[in-house]
Amino acid sequence: MDLTVLWFGIIAFLFIGYFVLDGFDFGVGMAMPFVSKDDTDRRVVINTIGPVWDLNETWLIVAGASLFAAFPEWYATLFSGFYLPLLLILVALILRGVSFEYRHQRPERLWKQRFDRMIVFGSAVPALLWGVAFANIVRGVPLDSGHNYTGTVFDLLNPYALLGGVTTLLLFLTHGALFLVLKTEGPIHSRARTLAFRAGVVTVVVAAVFLAWTVLEFGTLPALVLAAAAAVALIASVVANIRRKEGAAFTLMAFTIGFAVLTLFASLFPAVMPASNDPANSLTIANASSSPYTLQVMSWTALAALPLILAYQVWTYWVFRKRVTRSHIDSAAHPDTEATVEAAH
Amino acid sequence: MNELLDPLLLSRWQFGLTTIYHFLFVPLTIGMALTVAIFQTAWVRTGKTHYLQLVHFFGRIFLINFAMGVVTGIVQEFQFGMNWSDYSRFVGDVFGAPLAFEGLLAFFLEATFIGLWIFGWDKLPEKLHLATIWIVATASILSAYFIIAANAFMQNPVGFRINEEKGRAELTSIWELLTNPVALAAFPHTIFACFMVSAGLIITVAAWHLSKNQHLDTMRPTLKFGLWAMLISGGLTTLAGDQLSLAMVATQPMKMAAAEAMYETSTGADASFSIFTLGTPDGVHELFSIRIPYLLSFLSTHTFDGTVEGINNLQEQYQTLYGPGDYTPIIWVTYWSFRWMIGLGLLHIFVAVVGLWLTRKGQLPTNKWVWKAAVWSFPLSLGAMIVGWVFTEMGRQPWLVFGLLETADGVSPGVTGIEVLISLVVFTVVYGSLAVVEFRLIKKAAQAGPAPLGDPDEQTGKPLVHTTVY
Repeated sequence: MDLTVLWFGIIAFLFIGYFVLDGFDFGVGMAMPFVSKDDTDRRVVINTIGPVWDLNETWLIVAGASLFAAFPEWYATLFSGFYLPLLLILVALILRGVSFEYRHQRPERLWKQRFDRMIVFGSAVPALLWGVAFANIVRGVPLDSGHNYTGTVFDLLNPYALLGGVTTLLLFLTHGALFLVLKTEGPIHSRARTLAFRAGVVTVVVAAVFLAWTVLEFGTLPALVLAAAAAVALIASVVANIRRKEGAAFTLMAFTIGFAVLTLFASLFPAVMPASNDPANSLTIANASSSPYTLQVMSWTALAALPLILAYQVWTYWVFRKRVTRSHIDSAAHPDTEATVEAAH
Repeated sequence: MNELLDPLLLSRWQFGLTTIYHFLFVPLTIGMALTVAIFQTAWVRTGKTHYLQLVHFFGRIFLINFAMGVVTGIVQEFQFGMNWSDYSRFVGDVFGAPLAFEGLLAFFLEATFIGLWIFGWDKLPEKLHLATIWIVATASILSAYFIIAANAFMQNPVGFRINEEKGRAELTSIWELLTNPVALAAFPHTIFACFMVSAGLIITVAAWHLSKNQHLDTMRPTLKFGLWAMLISGGLTTLAGDQLSLAMVATQPMKMAAAEAMYETSTGADASFSIFTLGTPDGVHELFSIRIPYLLSFLSTHTFDGTVEGINNLQEQYQTLYGPGDYTPIIWVTYWSFRWMIGLGLLHIFVAVVGLWLTRKGQLPTNKWVWKAAVWSFPLSLGAMIVGWVFTEMGRQPWLVFGLLETADGVSPGVTGIEVLISLVVFTVVYGSLAVVEFRLIKKAAQAGPAPLGDPDEQTGKPLVHTTVY
């Protein structure tokens, strides 16, 4: 098997892992204002992803590093070309990450409010911009013969890419709401269920347009099949939510995101960064990849490590499988806040 | 105006700024994970509650710091592509592999098991929970190895060939890359220095409380622990640093010459080490200096009659090898960063020795100046670490990859000066404000001292199981 094809597949797998996992983190962050009435509610919401957000975000770091190692040209062109959107994503991820840890360090309401806003902002911005970025990759961007991006940031804000951004934003919002349905009880649970339904219905419409546009303009036969699978999974997920099949609704949503990402990768293949101005300048798995030796070394490492990684991550989700409740938050000895209050006296 | 918007200069400032900032948090992550693991092991083995108090106390400081390390780390990985795309194209085939290894073999472990440790107190059996913090500590050290191996390639490229057709370096031996002699020396030097920084924090915190005569039962053993940790890691950092300077002389003689600001090749007693130099403003002539004869010869060759090559000589050699150009780093930066690194490092070994002497047989010093000085351990040891990296990276200039690629040739050709200026301003503002918040939170957590534990469980006699929530 050609190792460049294998690595195209591994990169797709890593981004699916990232979007499925950090996708619901983003969704939970965006859903927080809609499903919580008071501070305890908000803490319940944040604690559903507390133990796992860091490991979910690490999928991005690994995807980025693997891109660097397996397709240096792709990594270099993409990251330098999408400079300002990536800057925004970085800032959003920074603010979101520290907010989880800082929010509970002080008891004041204003303090918590500030970090709540950062969590919402830090979740919504990447949820939107990842869609914009990936839609632009599929659509193609102007590249010179040295594979450098020659457009401006405004060229990235075309209708197709913006629709892609809204699609990922909605997908992740629904995904996060379904995760909250699975992980909470009582009023938060029912509010999350309603949100998942409403967001889900809108998502079906928007995602259908985006996937159809993708297949019609850039698609191949495999892309058509995958887009159809994504659409079926999405509708099934909304239906499962209505029927209160929580586990099925969430799992189907994960499949929807997986199929949607696969649709984009299938539309790209064998290009990785098509040039919209001149096909000769396009980056493909052939001219963007590392040498066979590097790919070989990387393949052995990745194939040995990934099963182990999946095993301990599945186990982690198993350890934290219980629902987070208000009584769990209220009864938890909270030495941090107590210590803070004591120190304040 | 054009100079202000030079993408190269701005990208260099941004990389320097964000990297130094990221590295304020890395040493504490590496050192505090181990510290917490040691205290938690002591708790599990002895059942003495003050160890558990220390686990929670230092655990909290560790986590405030950890979050910043995580989020600023993503910037590091993205920046190679964003600001240094031609560098990424040139070295990606070689340099990408250790970064991917770091992610696959270390980061995933660290990020997964930190969640299990924070939230797993009431969900995992005691020993399994203890194992999670050891995995975090081990993974953070492992990740440092891969990063240093990647950095070592920039200092001393090995295990590659140049593919002329593609215009890039390609990996020929992953083993050579990972056993780069510079990496083998730089790794222990950096890791033990990270332990010094953590020991510095421990000494600072313990000294602050003990000087106020509070938390004696927990802070007395903590101070002892910090002082011993400082002494041992300080000694090992020095030994590893000595090995690193030998490797440096063999691979980057210009860096050593620049560290001493030695323009002419010298032998034996002439290859002296100056503790202090006052020169003319242009930095070419020396007005006054305090010198230790033979020391530079010894540092560079481990003999007293060794020959150390001077800047002018090396500059000539490099011009013959690489063509016309200036191959000297900025001398005052290398000269002073090298001195401050060594000076502050040795100062901390001295602090540890004096501290252990003053606290022998359970005594506590009464002189308030001793305590005031001890509280500076953390900022000064962190400072030593930072100037050490400034020396390593600035001493490599003008090269990005030594002998292969100059810094000026690595910058992203498609990114404009305006874009880099925007990102530089954004990072400065975001990082600056977070630094203020971070510093206040850590200070507050440290000053609050170890919190008392809950009432013991009636059946087991052990303190109530700790549950963590955000």
